[in-house]
Amino acid sequence: MAAPKSLQEHDSYGNVSYAIISSNPNALQTCPGPSSKKHGPDQPDISGAALKSQHTKMGKPEDTERKKKLKDVEISVPIVYGNAAFWLGKKASEYQSHKWTVYVRGATNEDLSVVVKRVVFQLHSSFNNPTRVVESAPFELSESGWGEFEIAITLYFHNDVCEKPLNLYHHLKLYPEDESGPMSIKKPVVVEFYNEIVFTEPSESFLARVQNYPAVTFPRLPAGFTLPSSAPIEDESKRKRGDTKDHPLNQWFLNFSEADELLQLAAARQQVQAHIAKLRRQISVIDGQNQQFKSSSDQ
Amino acid sequence: MDAKDILGLPKTPLPITQEKKPRPQKDSQRKPDGISREVYALTGGLAPLMPSIDASQLKRRPPSDEKITWQWLPFTSSARKDDLQLYHWVRVVNGVPPTGDYSFAKYNKSVDVIKYTDEEYEKYLTDPVWTKEETDQLFDLCERFDLRFIVIADRFPTFRTVEELKDRYYSVSRAILIARAPSPGEVAGHPLVKEPYNVSQETERKRALSMVLSQTKQQERKDAEVLAEAKRIAESRMAAQGAEEPDLPVTSDIGPESVERAIGHGDTISPSSVQVPSAAVAPSTSIMADNASTLASLRMLRVYLRTYALEQMVQAASSSAGLRTIKRVEQTLQDLEVNLKPKVPTKAVCAEHLELRKEILTLLNLQKQLQYKEAEGSSFRDGSYGDMPGTPKRSHRVVDQDRTFVPDAISFGGERAGKREQKRKGPGRVSETPSSPAHKRPRKMKALDL
Repeated sequence: MAAPKSLQEHDSYGNVSYAIISSNPNALQTCPGPSSKKHGPDQPDISGAALKSQHTKMGKPEDTERKKKLKDVEISVPIVYGNAAFWLGKKASEYQSHKWTVYVRGATNEDLSVVVKRVVFQLHSSFNNPTRVVESAPFELSESGWGEFEIAITLYFHNDVCEKPLNLYHHLKLYPEDESGPMSIKKPVVVEFYNEIVFTEPSESFLARVQNYPAVTFPRLPAGFTLPSSAPIEDESKRKRGDTKDHPLNQWFLNFSEADELLQLAAARQQVQAHIAKLRRQISVIDGQNQQFKSSSDQ
Repeated sequence: MDAKDILGLPKTPLPITQEKKPRPQKDSQRKPDGISREVYALTGGLAPLMPSIDASQLKRRPPSDEKITWQWLPFTSSARKDDLQLYHWVRVVNGVPPTGDYSFAKYNKSVDVIKYTDEEYEKYLTDPVWTKEETDQLFDLCERFDLRFIVIADRFPTFRTVEELKDRYYSVSRAILIARAPSPGEVAGHPLVKEPYNVSQETERKRALSMVLSQTKQQERKDAEVLAEAKRIAESRMAAQGAEEPDLPVTSDIGPESVERAIGHGDTISPSSVQVPSAAVAPSTSIMADNASTLASLRMLRVYLRTYALEQMVQAASSSAGLRTIKRVEQTLQDLEVNLKPKVPTKAVCAEHLELRKEILTLLNLQKQLQYKEAEGSSFRDGSYGDMPGTPKRSHRVVDQDRTFVPDAISFGGERAGKREQKRKGPGRVSETPSSPAHKRPRKMKALDL
């Protein structure tokens, strides 16, 4: 409790006692899941270990050298995830009214498999084998059904990227926003979300491996830092398959441009800043007046 | 009866039966034995569900076999040192007056004030600040007044503060105790020996207590805010610098002291001028601390989504704001046509978004401040019963011009010309304005006029 010292409980010798949260001395955990929003007591241990020593925590002794972490460097992978749903029209039955595909793709349609090892889509329990695992890019899953439900998408990364998986949640959308409008067989209902996967403190091997892949937003490395040259890029044909540039759904993919949003934010900030300046001026005026009052009404 | 006459209806038939009916009813209604009718009527004329007192007990109380008289007899009290005889009414049973001491004598407790000899004084109790005479006087007063130091302080011939007197008394008693004890171990359990009186601490404590007591409502609120933020700073420091545990006690020690200094500062200088710097300093340090801890925790995650990071940072930035303020921020964002959650959350976009939110928070705080200041200004104006319609109207007009997306609260600020306006304030007024005594005076006078 941060109370003024003299008002606080003190024992007979006037000593003040504070409760200090002790960190969990148990075994270190790596990457607690992003869905947990608590700063658990085991955090300080991990930071201590990461800050103080460069030792690996990943239990692969032969890669100790390569696993050195870089602080304040982050790698981000822009992704888009969502679904496209086609109404089946005449062929629709009561339980199979739509054919839909849920997917995770690179934001610029690049191949994500440089970073993502596999993706697991967890469907509604009414589906057969609701846990669908996709081992290779493009990471997508097609199904037919009638209902909208939440799909849990879990991304598993390669070992040198991150050991912990990342969870996304997507609410499957089959029906168009405008309920009264006609449903078309040709035009799908598409809902997509842009997001970026951020990897903190990437290992050198990770950095080295991905440095030439467009799917990854490569960070600026600290000065004087050199990476070992990466492994040769896999042959063209193999890489081509994983990206979504020629994907059949490509024409429906949404474009996400940060420029518009940036412009809007900048304009808003300007407005707010101008208003703040005005208020500050007003406040100083009134302060002056109040000072006059105070000095004139001295008691 | 009259109504029936008017209506022309026949009176009820069989007047004879009428007489008979109410009487047995009344008899059965009059249940009580031993309680008078009026008293019984207090219960509503019905018997209680649970008999609270057995009605038969009420009259039977005076025992018939004993003869009780009351006599005006003299008595003495063991609590008195003289032989004063006073008189009082005594309940005499069968001619035998009660025996025993005066019943209140047992409450005559007094404190055992230590008596020291002159020798002992010379040996143990000399003090540069206190003369023997003063110390003797002190102890005499202590005995007379049973250690009521406030009274003693009033009666002490030379001026001494209560804390000084206490200090002298307790240290003398303690020294004597220790000196007289055959071995130090025996007295070690005595409360005086275990916990000596600490003058500086007591002075400090009383000063702080009086400060707290004399705070205005605004200051109380400010202090609560500052304390909460200090707590948060301490906690976030612990989170961010978890590895450097030895430093923790130091930082948390510094925390409350600087908080106290801030509070003390706020008292000596006028509240309004301090509000701005302390309000500015406290939130910024706490926000920086929050940011640092959020960044640290994000780094811990090793992998996260940009949107998640933004959520955390937004939460950290608005941690000092209440739910209402957060809603206002969101409303402002909507008015500015900005998505509450960015559609394209890239690093740059998220950073801009966060900055925008922080700026909106600043904006809202400034608006609140402006309101406070204007309220203060008006209270000053009314306190001197002078009208200065020019100035408030001017600021009001300036505010009006900015009415692009300003939330409603700002409109409350301006209208305060003249005393009559005050009556209309009522419930519609934004509750944050402090109601100084100056406001209340004119209202009261108006009430009396009625």
